Amino acid sequence: MAEIPMAETPMAETPMAETPMTGTPDGGFWTTPPGRSTLGSWLLTTDHKRIGLLYLWCILAFFAVGVLLGLLIRLELIAPGRTIMAQQTYNAVFTLHGVIMIFMVVIPSIPAAFGNIVMPLQIGAEDVAFPRLNLFSWYLYILGAAIAVVSLFTGGGAPDTGWTFYVPFSATTSTNVNVAVLAVFILGFSSILTGLNFIVTIHRLRAPSMGWTRMPLFTWGLYATAWIQVLATPVLGITVLLIFAERVLGLGLFDPARGGDPILYQHLFWIYSHPAVYIMIVPAMGVISDVIPVFARKNIFGYKTIAISSLAIAFAGSLVWAHHMFVSGMSDVAVMVFSLLTFIVAIPSAVKVFNWVSTLYKGSIYLDPPLIYSLGFIFLFSMGGVTGLVLGGAGTDVHVHDTYFVVGHFHYVIFGGTGFGLFAAMHFWFPKVYGRLYNLKIANVAAVILVIGLNMLYFPMYLLGLEGMPRRYYDYLPQYTDLHVVSTVGSWITAAGLALMAWNLWRGLRHGAPCGPNPWGAATLEWTLPSPPPTENFGPVEPEVTRGPYDFKGIEREEVVA
Amino acid sequence: MHAHEEGHHPPSYRLLIGVWGALMVLTAVTVWVAQVPLGFLNVVAAMAVATCKALLVTLFFMHLKDENWTFKGMVLLVFVILAIFIGFTFFDTAYR
Ligand SMILES: [Cu+2]
Repeated sequence: MAEIPMAETPMAETPMAETPMTGTPDGGFWTTPPGRSTLGSWLLTTDHKRIGLLYLWCILAFFAVGVLLGLLIRLELIAPGRTIMAQQTYNAVFTLHGVIMIFMVVIPSIPAAFGNIVMPLQIGAEDVAFPRLNLFSWYLYILGAAIAVVSLFTGGGAPDTGWTFYVPFSATTSTNVNVAVLAVFILGFSSILTGLNFIVTIHRLRAPSMGWTRMPLFTWGLYATAWIQVLATPVLGITVLLIFAERVLGLGLFDPARGGDPILYQHLFWIYSHPAVYIMIVPAMGVISDVIPVFARKNIFGYKTIAISSLAIAFAGSLVWAHHMFVSGMSDVAVMVFSLLTFIVAIPSAVKVFNWVSTLYKGSIYLDPPLIYSLGFIFLFSMGGVTGLVLGGAGTDVHVHDTYFVVGHFHYVIFGGTGFGLFAAMHFWFPKVYGRLYNLKIANVAAVILVIGLNMLYFPMYLLGLEGMPRRYYDYLPQYTDLHVVSTVGSWITAAGLALMAWNLWRGLRHGAPCGPNPWGAATLEWTLPSPPPTENFGPVEPEVTRGPYDFKGIEREEVVA
Repeated sequence: MHAHEEGHHPPSYRLLIGVWGALMVLTAVTVWVAQVPLGFLNVVAAMAVATCKALLVTLFFMHLKDENWTFKGMVLLVFVILAIFIGFTFFDTAYR
C-alpha cells in the first residue's frame, strides 16, 4: 500500500498497573460492572469481546469432544474387525464427530469467536452494529448445540447418516435424524445473524479515517465470509427442512418412485456446504495475512490482491458445488462445467499463498508461536489444496471418490488450515485479551508436535485412498492395516500436541508474565488499546488512523517477547 | 427504515384487489401453459410466470415499491443469486 501516507503515530504509552501473578485476568472488560453478579454480567453481556469469548470457550469445549470422538474412530480402525465398538456405534460416532466439528466448531470458530473479539477493535468501533442481536446469535448457537445433544439420547438412537444427511438413507433411517436436522437449522440462523451483523458493522462503524484500503486483512476476510454466511446459509436451512418434511410428511421430493430426484438433494446440500468450506477457511486466511507481516516486520506483499482474492473466493467458490457429485449420475455437461470452475477457485487461494511467502522474503523474521502456526498453516493448507485439485479434476476424482483420499484432503485443509488459523489467532491475540503471555518456547514445541502428528495422521489416508480404501467403512481388508496403524499412532501424537498447547495457554492466562498494549509490535488499531482493552474500547473519541495496517515504522516489540 | 414516515400512504384497496386479480390470472396461465406440450420450454414458462408473481407480491403486498434503493438492491441481489443457483443446476438436469 505504497500510496498511503505513512505518518508517525505516537503509540499510546499506557502504564500497566502491576497485576498480581496469579488468579484470573483482571482489568479492562474483565471487570464486572458494579451492581451485577459475575455470571449475570457474562450471560447478559452485549460487549462484543465477552460474546466472542463465550463463543470461544464453547467452541473449544465442543472441539475437545470432537477430538475425543476422532480418537475413538482412529482407535477402532487400528486393526480390521471389531476393536472397541460395534458397527452401529461406529456409524453414530463418525456422524457425531462430523456434525460437532463442522456445525459447532469449525463454522463458528474464527468468525464468531475472534471476529467478535477483534474485528470491532481493528476498525476502531465501539461494538458491533447490533450488540443485542449478537448476544441472541450466541443463544441460538447454544440452543442448536443443546438440541443436537438431545438428538443423541432420544428417538430411535443417535443419527448414523454422516454429517451430509444424504437421501435416500436419511429419509428412511430409524435413527433420530429429525431432531438433528432441526439443530442444524437453528445453528444456521446463528451463523446468518453473525454474518449480517459483521456486514453492517464493517460498512457503518469503521473509524472515519479508515478507508476500505486501510482495513486490516483479517477484517477483509471476515467481510467476504459474512456475505457467504448471509447468502448461502439459508439454502442449508431449506435443505434440512426438506429432509424433515420428507421424513415427517412423506412428500417424496427426493424419491424417484414418486417423481422426486435424489440428486436434487445433493445439489441443495452442496450449494451451501461447498461455500461453507470458505466460511471455514477465508477467516483463517485473514488471520495468517495479519500475523505474517508482524513477524516479518515488513509490509504485506500485495495487500489489494489479498483483499480482492477473498471476495473472488467467496464469489467463485459459490459456483463449484457439484464437484462433490461427479459420480452421482449427474449429466456429463455439469461434470465438465463444475470441474472447470473448481480449477478457477484454486487461483485466488494460490495468490494468497504466493503473497504470504513473498511477504516473508527478505523480512527480519521472529519465530514466535503465531508465526510458527502460520507457517504450519501454509504447509498443511498447501498439502490439502493441491490434493483438492486431484478431487476437482473429473477424471482423477472417479478413481479416489469416496475413499480415504477425500478424508485426508478435507482434514489437511480444515484441521491443518482452519485449525492452525484458529491456533495462530489464539496465540496472536492472547496477550491482547488476557494482558499476559504464555510460555513461547513450549508453544513452539507444541506447534511442531502438531505438524508432525497431523502429517502422520492424515498422509497415510492419501495412500489408503489411492489404494482404494473406501471412507466411512467400519472394517477393511488386511492389506490396509499398516497404514491405518501409522494413522492411529499419528492421532495420538496430534492429541499430545493439542494437550501441550492447551496446558501452556491455560498456565499462561493464570501465571503468565504481564505484557503491555503491543507485545508483538503490530500496527493495527487493536494494539493501541491497553491489554486487556476497556469495555468501551476507544471511548467516545474516534481513533485516528494515521498509518497502514502493516506499516511498522517506529513500532518496537516489547521486552517481554524479546 | 420506515418509508411510511416520509408520507407514503398505505396502498388503496383498488390496487391491492387489482394485484390479487393479476395473481389469479397468472395462476390460471401457469395451469394452462402446463397442459401445452412445449418440452423444455414448459419449465421456462412456469419459471417466468412464477417470477412475475413473486415480483407483484414483493413490490405491492410487501411494500418493496416504497423502500429505498438499498433494500431494492439487496432483494434484487438475492434473486439474481437464486437464479444463478437454479440456472447452474440446469447444467445437470437439462442434459441428463
Ligand atoms: Cu467442495
